[in-house]
Amino acid sequence: MYVAVKGGEKAIDAAHRLLKEERRGDPAIPEITVEQIGGQLSLAVDRVMTEGSLYDRELAAIAIRQARGDLIEAIFLIRASRTTLPRFGYSTPIETSEMLVRRRISAAFKDMPGGQILGPTFDYTHRLLEFGAETQAAEAPVAMAPADIDRAMPRVLDLIGAEGLIEPASAQPSEPQDLTREPLSFPAGRDLRLQSLVRGDEGFLLALGYSTQRGYGRSHPFAGEIRYGEVSVSFVPEELGFEIEIGSIDITECEMINQFKGSAEVPPQFTRGYGLSFGQCERKAMSMALVDRALRAAELDEEQTAPAQDEEFVLSHADNVQATGFVEHLKLPHYVDFQAELELLRRLRREAQGLHQEAAE
Amino acid sequence: MTTGYNFAYLNEQTKRMIRRALLKAVAIPGYQVPFASREMPMPYGWGTGGVQVTASILTPEDTLKVIDQGADDTTNAVSIRKFFKRTAEVATTEETAKASIIQTRHRIPEAPLREDQILVFQVPIPEPLRFLEPRETETRKMHALEEYGIMHVKLYEDIARHGHIATSYAYPAKVNGRYVFDPSPIPKFDNPKLDSCAALQLFGAGREKRIYAVPPYTQVKSLDFEDHPFTIQKWDEPCALCGARGTYLDEIILDDRGKRMFVCSDTDHCRKARSGEEAA
Repeated sequence: MYVAVKGGEKAIDAAHRLLKEERRGDPAIPEITVEQIGGQLSLAVDRVMTEGSLYDRELAAIAIRQARGDLIEAIFLIRASRTTLPRFGYSTPIETSEMLVRRRISAAFKDMPGGQILGPTFDYTHRLLEFGAETQAAEAPVAMAPADIDRAMPRVLDLIGAEGLIEPASAQPSEPQDLTREPLSFPAGRDLRLQSLVRGDEGFLLALGYSTQRGYGRSHPFAGEIRYGEVSVSFVPEELGFEIEIGSIDITECEMINQFKGSAEVPPQFTRGYGLSFGQCERKAMSMALVDRALRAAELDEEQTAPAQDEEFVLSHADNVQATGFVEHLKLPHYVDFQAELELLRRLRREAQGLHQEAAE
Repeated sequence: MTTGYNFAYLNEQTKRMIRRALLKAVAIPGYQVPFASREMPMPYGWGTGGVQVTASILTPEDTLKVIDQGADDTTNAVSIRKFFKRTAEVATTEETAKASIIQTRHRIPEAPLREDQILVFQVPIPEPLRFLEPRETETRKMHALEEYGIMHVKLYEDIARHGHIATSYAYPAKVNGRYVFDPSPIPKFDNPKLDSCAALQLFGAGREKRIYAVPPYTQVKSLDFEDHPFTIQKWDEPCALCGARGTYLDEIILDDRGKRMFVCSDTDHCRKARSGEEAA
């Protein structure tokens, strides 16, 4: 007698062919193009780039299409591709105060140098489904004020920092560590924490950030500033020894102003939380800033009671590629271990029944 | 090369980093060496640690065998074998005796291994104390201080409650008289094979970013008590296919009326036994 219980190679191949077919959908309908995804699902592209830790709009769009719109799967594809790339070096730090701003708002001040610039946002829209929007004719382009390259757009936190009202941004004299090159160990420095949060799952950070607002590690946040736009990236090639601009990227930066704190030596000051993402991942940048602040509890000598303040808990579970892999690995066969458990359980039950009978006799 | 990727997928910088971790692991048997695990094109929890270790030690002359649950034709084993066929174009085999590197999930082959072989384990949770103490900061301290009291208490409580140690796989053992380690979720049936094994045994945990090793001919002692010595699983019946006794058996349910059969989990060993070959 032979029982086919092992997975066959043929079955796997067939399943993958079926997946390809399902992904393509009805062949009578034209395939969605990478350009369409890049242009019309741009926030999905932004998220895949941010959590995939790779700034490449085209690859992200290809990944989204290949993943049938499953963004975590797309992030996974990007990470797996990224991991094969050799490392040439690190760019010089980007300067967000020199950003070519497309959106810049502050909830802390009504107006400030450079002004409030709403830019493209869902904020204040009525969430009413636009039935038949696909048949509408193209609208005239939105009139834009001429780009004012020279307009100074200082960061809001720098403005109040000048007055000493907020703690200075943490400065680390040494080179930052690199999460993708070294394993994370605890306690982690803020450099590694922020790297880990940037690539962390948006939903996970959203929930944790939300929990701090609901009293689990409360930090009284104000959205000091959120800015989105283009910054240039520079690199110093070793053989040249001077900085050259190698391109530009779109990013969103969020700086939270949090509850103040003082000591015998330092008069009370606001504290900071920082969030950053590729593209316009505003929700992500805000959530990250809340969680970053919560994770500074030990550094700021606050009582640690909430999950969002627990560094090991947050950082060990923020990565959705790791999380989805391990959750889904439960689909892999576990016959051998299950057999071991079965054998033990049967023996225990047999013995328990034996004892029962003895007791009854 | 069909992929445009480097030999065995990983770039050489990464392999060098992993080899350094492997050397350290061999130098300190059973110690969990942190390493900068990379994203791989298969999900975490599906063998990324083992795959990275294999990719780092693989040479074009190697012959690779990949098993999952003891079998060469389980889905994950097929997938990983294909991966190395594609990215490294190495020879592959299903025969334990012909392999120079064996990557495994959840089993150690029944046939004894040789000095010229390397066994690579896929590890989900490298920390044997994890389920007793969730914090890495704490468990690393416990290892450093050789403070394994909580593990012995756990085993003792099992005995007090059930009359037996209720750990049937991923059974903790002490390596070279120093580090308590997790042999990965192999059934405890396989634990005695770890001890003084002629082959080098490497363990890779990708998601948890740890590598550890048991060098050849190193003592591996499964934890137990004098009055409750370590024992392994036994079956009342032999393998229904090859008739072997003393191998690890998988249970197969044949119908909905409780009919079942037991067959060898090591498919290569079983096939050899049936064809009358010496199971090398």
